[in-house]
Amino acid sequence: MKLKGWKDLPPGAVVTEAGSAAEFKTGSWRSFRPVWLAENCIQCLFCWMYCPDMSIKVKDGKRGEYDYDYCKGCGICALECPGKKGKKAIVMEEEGK
Amino acid sequence: MATTLTLKELSKKEDLLTHGHRMCSGCGAPIVVKQLLLASDYPIVAANATGCLEVSTCISQYTAWKIPWIHNAFENAAATLSGVETMYRALKKQGKLDKEIKFVAFGGDGGTYDIGFQSLSGAAERGHDMLYVCYDNGAYMNTGIQRSSATPIGADTTTCPAGSVIKGKTQPRKNLTRIMAAHGIPYVAQASPSHWKDAITKFKKALDIKGPKFIDVISPCNRGWRSRTDDAILLSRLAVETCYWPLYEVEQGFTKITVVPKEKKPIEEFLKPQGRFKHMFAPGNEWLLKLAQEEVDREWERLRKEAGSE
Ligand code: SF4
Ligand code: SF4
Repeated sequence: MKLKGWKDLPPGAVVTEAGSAAEFKTGSWRSFRPVWLAENCIQCLFCWMYCPDMSIKVKDGKRGEYDYDYCKGCGICALECPGKKGKKAIVMEEEGK
Repeated sequence: MATTLTLKELSKKEDLLTHGHRMCSGCGAPIVVKQLLLASDYPIVAANATGCLEVSTCISQYTAWKIPWIHNAFENAAATLSGVETMYRALKKQGKLDKEIKFVAFGGDGGTYDIGFQSLSGAAERGHDMLYVCYDNGAYMNTGIQRSSATPIGADTTTCPAGSVIKGKTQPRKNLTRIMAAHGIPYVAQASPSHWKDAITKFKKALDIKGPKFIDVISPCNRGWRSRTDDAILLSRLAVETCYWPLYEVEQGFTKITVVPKEKKPIEEFLKPQGRFKHMFAPGNEWLLKLAQEEVDREWERLRKEAGSE
């Protein structure tokens, strides 16, 4: 999105496009990346509920891949993931390694 | 309306707060907002007091909200929303609108306990049909971790730093949930994002009750709490399990504890992982921990009495 000058902004700085923040990718904030190990996933969806950045894709009630364009790498999902038989379905890996 | 709350069903709903917002990594507040928005089966119009949530979800022409959302000033989210709700009622009366719309105000503890308190109290007394949700992280985090009246006793903030003489905040936190209940409004509750089912049930209930409602939600802030970025849910859960943040509701004046912890954990378990309480664990400062524990015990006992569970 190209930033507008003050002359182009609507009065009251009203934002007319709902959800336009999606154009701003926060994925570059990440220093650790969550990696999903589907084989250990019990589909509890806790990770989806607790992600502050709406970065876990769920389709038809099934957990899917991460949305790395937005995930900030906080690690909440990994900490909360119960996994299967003591094996986490999410591990955090350092970016750039 | 869905009767059973399952994550599977909830996950089919649209995200009304989108990714791309600029809250810090691991912040609790967007989780609170997300749970509120997921709870609603109605269209929502929201007002936001100045605060982290407000500045970070609406920057310049980027908004993370997919619902009508208004920011006015720090002190008047409740007053602003009162006006909107009044206009809605007027339009309805005139037959220009017939949709069932719900009104929700969001404020941090600074914008709710302190700066926005009189407008909140006024809106409650006037009986506006709206829900006020406070995401309480216990300080003015957005401007650099200054103490608020929600800051717990002993906490180190930039305006009540823990030093060699004074050990962080010397006063206990103000219990706003109780103060709002004392307004005699139909519904007041405390919730935690860790207990999502309890929180969503309360949000749903509040949205269906006519009149003013207030829900205080604990909202971990890893910057101000000096904790890890991954522990927002862990810490909010510990807040509940130590009874630092009891989950209860006051409906038409009747108090009910909605989640009773299996065992009441010592307050240390909530304080320890947070750097803002680090000095409380230094030798010689045991009295501070004792004070914090006494605070929790007193409030928990009082609550249990009121709820008739003792
Ligand atoms: S690391 Fe944090 S932001 Fe990324 S998907 Fe997990 S919970 Fe969401
Ligand atoms: S929390 Fe873990 S087990 Fe549950 S759905 Fe997410 S990845 Fe799967």
